[in-house]
Amino acid sequence: MDCKYQLKDGCMRISMPREVDHHCAEQLRREADLLIGAYHIRRLVFDFRRTEFMDSSGIGVLIGRCKNMGYSGGEVSAEHLNERMQKIFVVSGLHKMIRVAGGPKQQCADQDGGKQG
Amino acid sequence: MRNEMRIEFDAKSVNEGFARVSAAAFVTQLDPTLDEVADVKTAVSEAVTNAIIHGYEERDGKVYLTCILEGDMVYVSVEDKGVGMSDVRQAMEPFYTTKPEMERSGMGFAFMEAFMDDIQVESKPGMGTKVTMTKKIGQKEEENQDGCGDSSY
Repeated sequence: MDCKYQLKDGCMRISMPREVDHHCAEQLRREADLLIGAYHIRRLVFDFRRTEFMDSSGIGVLIGRCKNMGYSGGEVSAEHLNERMQKIFVVSGLHKMIRVAGGPKQQCADQDGGKQG
Repeated sequence: MRNEMRIEFDAKSVNEGFARVSAAAFVTQLDPTLDEVADVKTAVSEAVTNAIIHGYEERDGKVYLTCILEGDMVYVSVEDKGVGMSDVRQAMEPFYTTKPEMERSGMGFAFMEAFMDDIQVESKPGMGTKVTMTKKIGQKEEENQDGCGDSSY
């Protein structure tokens, strides 16, 4: 799986893989939780710019991270959803749980800079 | 014209991508929109994931994927010879899951229903489960006459 993590000032940007399914869900969950705990992440941004496919296994990962961040008072958002991802968010109701930002404004950490976890 | 394909593969999560791409490639014969292809991929992915996680409980087994094209209809079935279930209706309820510890969203069947036209589930405890889904291709033809579908891709 080609997932990348950028961390900066308590914010983590997860560059989501091209396909988010059950096969990659476990690794994504494990790595994200490890980094969230280790670096005291307060803001989590899921960047879907490369993502072309996501099924309900991916939804489970997002909802799980949302719950965990919610317990610690953190924020979660999603960015750069293509039309298919927007449809997946609406069908699953994720758009009501996660703030979706599509604009050019960055939430945190530069696109090109930042560390890779 | 009727055309049928059948694939048998190991119940391993790495094959989920293979299964949905195979089904999508076969369906392209009907000249579907990108959205219709994505719908079939999502539905196949959900059914195959269920077979692996729930049918075989992540142990060894075979998953059988059959696609039949007939006119403008596509029939997809995903079958396993795993544990099966006694209450199909309960399993199909949105957000119902027997594996919350795995962070299963409980949306698998809801997704299959949302993206396909019809879904039938046959299951018997100890015998396995067969999910058969149908979808009419070309329902939005007038909106996508150039065949390119969604321009944002």
